[in-house]
Amino acid sequence: MTILQTENLSKHFGKVKALKSVSMDVREGEVFGFIGPNGSGKSTTIRILLGMLSPTGGEATVFGMDAKNQAVDIHKRIAYVPGEVNLWPNLTGGEVIDLLMSFHGVKNEGRKKELIRDFQFDPSKKCRAYSKGNRQKVALIAALAIEPDLYIFDEPTSGLDPLMERTFQKYVKDARAEGKSVLLSSHILSEVEQLCDRVGIIRDGEIIETGSLTDLRHLTRTNLYVETSHTLENLEQWEGVHAVEQEEAGWSFQVDTEKMDTVMAELSTFGIRKIESAPPTLEDLFMRHYEGSGGGEE
Amino acid sequence: MFHNSGKLLFFLGKADRLRITVWLFSLTVITIAVPLAFGNLYPTQAERDVMAQTLSNPALTAMVGPVNFETYTIGTMTAHEMVLLTALVVGLMNILFVNRHTRVEEEEGLLELVRSLPTGKGANMMAVFLHILFINLLLVLLISVGLGVLGIESMGWNGSMLYGMVLGGSGIFFAGITAISAQLADNARTSFGIAFAVLMIAYLVRAVGDVSAETLSWFSPLHLSSQAEVYGANHWWTILPLFGVGILLFAVAGYMASLRDLDAGLLRSRAGKTTASSFLGTPTGLALRLQRTGIISWGIAMLLLGASYGSILGDLETFFEGNEILQQMLAGESSASFTEQFLSLLIVVIALIATIPALMSMLKLYKEEKSHRVDLLYAHPLSRFQFFASHLSIAAVQGLVMFLLAFAGLWMAGVAVMTEPFSFLTIVGAGMAYYPALLVMVGVTVLLIGFFPEKSGWVWAYLLYAFIVLYFGGLFEFPEWMEYLSPFGYVPELPNEDMTWLPLILLSMVALVMVTIGFRGYKRRDLQG
Ligand SMILES: Nc1ncnc2c1ncn2[C@@H]1O[C@H](COP(=O)(O)OP(=O)(O)OP(=O)(O)O)[C@@H](O)[C@H]1O
Ligand SMILES: [Mg+2]
Repeated sequence: MTILQTENLSKHFGKVKALKSVSMDVREGEVFGFIGPNGSGKSTTIRILLGMLSPTGGEATVFGMDAKNQAVDIHKRIAYVPGEVNLWPNLTGGEVIDLLMSFHGVKNEGRKKELIRDFQFDPSKKCRAYSKGNRQKVALIAALAIEPDLYIFDEPTSGLDPLMERTFQKYVKDARAEGKSVLLSSHILSEVEQLCDRVGIIRDGEIIETGSLTDLRHLTRTNLYVETSHTLENLEQWEGVHAVEQEEAGWSFQVDTEKMDTVMAELSTFGIRKIESAPPTLEDLFMRHYEGSGGGEE
Repeated sequence: MFHNSGKLLFFLGKADRLRITVWLFSLTVITIAVPLAFGNLYPTQAERDVMAQTLSNPALTAMVGPVNFETYTIGTMTAHEMVLLTALVVGLMNILFVNRHTRVEEEEGLLELVRSLPTGKGANMMAVFLHILFINLLLVLLISVGLGVLGIESMGWNGSMLYGMVLGGSGIFFAGITAISAQLADNARTSFGIAFAVLMIAYLVRAVGDVSAETLSWFSPLHLSSQAEVYGANHWWTILPLFGVGILLFAVAGYMASLRDLDAGLLRSRAGKTTASSFLGTPTGLALRLQRTGIISWGIAMLLLGASYGSILGDLETFFEGNEILQQMLAGESSASFTEQFLSLLIVVIALIATIPALMSMLKLYKEEKSHRVDLLYAHPLSRFQFFASHLSIAAVQGLVMFLLAFAGLWMAGVAVMTEPFSFLTIVGAGMAYYPALLVMVGVTVLLIGFFPEKSGWVWAYLLYAFIVLYFGGLFEFPEWMEYLSPFGYVPELPNEDMTWLPLILLSMVALVMVTIGFRGYKRRDLQG
């Protein structure tokens, strides 16, 4: 079942076209990773989903309800953590957590205490004294204590240390195990790889790729290094071969995963003496999509 | 220690260019316009002597300072009416500038950036001092030259120079106060609050002092601007304590800054509670909690303001009874009607000032939005109406409470000092008549928040306009329609005029319409964040 859906969503700020056409969906019980370079429109999409911005065109629905007009009903079932958490300098962290929870009518003291302990958070300080990471913890603890049906996280761990990041990942996995849905925007690839069932890649206000990680890996390239007894010629003109570079004794290049078979067959006719391959990393996948955003190649 | 102060100074100047221009331009234009206007309105000495008689009453003394000149020339008239009030505004300007470059920037992390650059530890305070000195000297130059070149007979260069220097000195003094308050408090709002309170107390202390006990006035730095007797005796020594103490305060502030950590204040804030009371868990509760200190401080300030003005009502009675020329001038009118006339003026001034906290509460709706905190709030199951209504109701109720406090203060002080005091109902009723006008001002704020949120601060300019027109309208003989451009102009001036309900009902309806339309805009538009 689809929990959250956008269809041809566009958003213009004056002349700036922040979103051109964003279509995506998050299904029940999955963790959906939302990735893309800086300024590609992730936060804008999320703000529309939260009813804070009205889209210029297209539609955004959550639980089948209109994101803007039925915001209050939607918000009863979601929790949101922004990337940049600003708090009231005169209130303490503990007060803010309670405040946010009571806006939801939630009074889950046990779970709150557990979260405060797990995130090693000191709730007695005034908010102006908290570091960026600690401010983020306030929002995370409140969101996780609310236990909604859908979590929306916009770069929730950008200020957390690795240990706390792990704590966060544990809670997301628990939530998923309980059948909750999660929309997670992140720049931390290992986090996305660990947590997400599916990812959507956005660039320049358009979704350019959606699918499970295994699906997307098909789109990546394998790094190869070969030395052959016969001289390799015109390698760069082979189909599915990229980034060819001559080394001292051989060649290194990249091969499209789906062309691997034909390339290998061809290579073997040259008498392979040595071959090294490096598996495609998620990094490669992302880099390919991130590079040249803002009017570069591709 | 002061390494790279120069570079910092350059950045401060660049960042403040527009702000400096607007402030200095407005101050200079108004200062120069006043003697020109007086020249047109009261061209002969005879006319000015009559004005002097009317103006040298306790009510006006409380507002603009004592009468301490022999002949009421254009020069002394300008100085009497303007120097103190302008010094007050210059003080406010300096508080805003210094607070901005100390606490506000520290809060926004800009200072952290500066400290990480190769600059000395004292460089920032030094740069702020030089910057503020530059602004004030520029003001001195503009005002002195501006007044001097008018070439008005009674306004010689000596007096014009002193006029500018008194303003610049008052500016440096309050800049120094703010430099200190920025070290004491650990956040921008408290720091501003402390400095602003000092400014207000300085003004009120000399108001009471000038009317009833002169020694008291000497406790106020603002008294020096009256004591300078610009265009009269021209006491140049008065600027020495102003500049001297101001510079000394900066030096102390620089030392205090070296004692404390970045983002800390010398007054430590208490360790907080780890849980929230259930009261906090509603939008109204949250908004009230955030504004608590402000509301209480304003409440006390309003009571004091009312009481200070009330304390002069007694002197007003005796003043009139002992002044035969004035009695002849107002032939037939009783002393009661004379006091009533001034009571009406006091009430409108109080009403305008008491409008400030209500507008601040309303503007808080947008301030919260701009500070990105709504990101966290609006994702909860709360409608925009709830946020809107909570701020609106706080603004409206607060306006009522501030009015009541101020006018109760006025009444109580009046009872204490008058032989035939006004009844509670007369004073509070006259004051409350301005409440619908306050609601219209709130309505204007709501409209701005709904449709032009970035411009919502312009409501202050509108309030200032209302103040200038109502307060100076009589003196400068502004055309009548200018009064009707502000909601306060429609209110019957009780008890001097008769009560009419129609304008009040209409004002209330206008306010209601404005709020409704403004809310629709607010509900529809994008939230910034
Ligand atoms: N209120 C606004 N006015 C004008 N332009 C805006 C506004 N908000 C966002 N933008 C622009 O829209 C584009 C998308 O911004 P958005 O914040 O959605 O990016 P993002 O994907 O979240 O980036 P990041 O990874 O840096 O968080 C950017 O070019 C940004 O400058
Ligand atoms: Mg973002």
